[in-house]
Amino acid sequence: MKINKIILSFISALAILLSTSVTSFAKVVGDKIILGSAISLTGKYSSNGVHTQNGYNMAVDRINSMGGVKVGGKTYKFEIIYYDDESNPKRAAQLAERLISQDGVEFMLGPYSSGLTKAIAPVTEKYGVPMVEANGASRSLFTKGYKYLFAVLAPANLYLDVAIRTAVELNGGKGVRIAQAFEQDAFSQDVRLGILDAAKETGSEIIIDDKLPKELNDMAATLVKVKQMKPDVLVVSGHTKGALTAIRQIAEMKVDVPMLAMTHCDAAKLSKQHGKNSQYALCASQWHKTLTYKDDFFKDGMTYAADFTKEFGYDPPYQAAESSAALLVFKDAFERANSFDQKKVRDALAATNMQTFYGNIKFAPGGQNVDKPMVLFQVMCDSAGKCENKVVAPLKWASAKLIHPVPKWSER
Amino acid sequence: MVFQYPMISVQACLDGVLLGILFALIAYGMALQWGVMNIINIAQGDLVILGGYIAYFMYLYGIHPAWGVIIAPIIMYFVGVGLYKLVINKVVDRDLFISILATFGISILFMQLMNFAFGADVVLANSGYGTTFLFDSAVVLPNSKIFSAFISILFAICLVIYMKKSKLGRAIRATAQNARAAKILGVDTEKVYAATFGINAALCGVAGALISITFTIHPYMGLPYTIRSFMIVIVAGLGNLPGVALSGMGLGVFEEFADYILGTEFRIGAVFLLLVLILVYRRFKLSRKREYLK
Repeated sequence: MKINKIILSFISALAILLSTSVTSFAKVVGDKIILGSAISLTGKYSSNGVHTQNGYNMAVDRINSMGGVKVGGKTYKFEIIYYDDESNPKRAAQLAERLISQDGVEFMLGPYSSGLTKAIAPVTEKYGVPMVEANGASRSLFTKGYKYLFAVLAPANLYLDVAIRTAVELNGGKGVRIAQAFEQDAFSQDVRLGILDAAKETGSEIIIDDKLPKELNDMAATLVKVKQMKPDVLVVSGHTKGALTAIRQIAEMKVDVPMLAMTHCDAAKLSKQHGKNSQYALCASQWHKTLTYKDDFFKDGMTYAADFTKEFGYDPPYQAAESSAALLVFKDAFERANSFDQKKVRDALAATNMQTFYGNIKFAPGGQNVDKPMVLFQVMCDSAGKCENKVVAPLKWASAKLIHPVPKWSER
Repeated sequence: MVFQYPMISVQACLDGVLLGILFALIAYGMALQWGVMNIINIAQGDLVILGGYIAYFMYLYGIHPAWGVIIAPIIMYFVGVGLYKLVINKVVDRDLFISILATFGISILFMQLMNFAFGADVVLANSGYGTTFLFDSAVVLPNSKIFSAFISILFAICLVIYMKKSKLGRAIRATAQNARAAKILGVDTEKVYAATFGINAALCGVAGALISITFTIHPYMGLPYTIRSFMIVIVAGLGNLPGVALSGMGLGVFEEFADYILGTEFRIGAVFLLLVLILVYRRFKLSRKREYLK
């Protein structure tokens, strides 16, 4: 009995010792720069979490194979420690603590989604760890005065701004009547604020302003109102489920609206799930493969898309592209700082001004990227029913002409 | 809004009734197993979603998802029986709290397993059914909703007849009335419990397949369905099928009107509020009559 106890306590002591001693990395080990990231590999964000991880991994492999990062005359390679945050903000914050204080990570990559980035940012800020993130677009991330947070993507309030402006322009500069339905989460509400600003500036009127619940799978009520009040533009943002539900019910209820603008269409694989019913929908996107930005590592969007498809077996959504861009930003900043001092790297990040295949990157004092406009694409189908996303705005990058107004259901 | 455009009321009523019939089907399953086994199944909604995924996968493989209303219940019946043999039979005689905890655990497990197996994407199956226009196209009804309501009614009728006429149906009703007496008279209550749980799961399967055709499915969307069916059962009482159907439709209409009047954001909130009100009211009534819920 006594011996058993002694053995048991010995084993547990050993276990504790092992568990603490194995995971103590430093920021730069040998020729490796170790970055940390909590990412949603399970839970409700798992599909986009995986896109993010694939984007990071692809860029790490590419940069490493093309000569790595040169700092102080020595070449370093990137390596990333991932932890699964289970799509849970609390867990993400814990993991950020763990990455920094236990694993000794001194540079971080962002998680997926605004909510999780919001949970992690206070932690990285507290320890002065520079974090480049690619998937948190909520405006509130950039108004808190964070000094160590940098986002390669355009903030959420700009997502559908361009749609409203385009509609006004097509209306001869006169204000339009807007119907909008937004989910009640940080991101969608930021998109909503952007629309409110755009409406105010263009003299447009908001006639329906619905908030959608988190468990949204029926928006028939909103659409009935749209049918009755006949707005010029219908704007919907509710992540993937919002986009899918809207298209399904608009088609079923034959709701005619001259312009339909949404977010998260490519994550929802709209045209694949809905085919021709999704035709003419306008979608806000951070990136599209046909954009002609260039860099030395991935060349351009088309090449990136082809390489990505070869490696992972699916077309890269913009979530993957922006994640890859985050690594390019880090590499550039390390080389310009020519040091691994966190403060110097932070200052170098703040001074970033570069072009990547994903777009131009230049950070405002708040940390958001101000040099990359959102693009709008429109789902266009040929007569065989094959649908494609074509960029229609802004005009500079357009690969097809916007079809406006959307043809009535009775004429399709 | 509702007064400005009178047709909206008609639309809301019709939408609500069609939706409510679907809810009633899920609620009927819950009432059945609640009545027979005295178990409140928190995992009800997750069984519904699982049924939805079955229809979705059929759709992916090129089979029309409407066949899901036949295939999904068959598969779900066995899932239900399996679940009973693994977990539920251990909690069936225990108090309500234990069974709620157990089914709550099953609910979490199912959510995570579905997320793991099918991914976190929101999916749907397209039926390709058209739309019906009424009143000079002022009111639109997607045929998929009409189809759902029709199938739900069909299944409910079949079930009622089965419960009345078949041997197992009689055994189930006998067990619901008095399990011990039924056992003494030679009813294999263990089997009856398994079958009841299986039938409930099968009904969830049908409802899930219908939901995948009319709405969207997602691993984490089960709970609102559990809450709704719980509420319908509370209002209607156990073993009262017309009551379940009526309160289902009532809930559907209530939800649609709450949506128009209060706004979509309060839709689910209104359902919860109604639940609280009903519970308070029932408690009040019970205390006056000193009766038990039957």
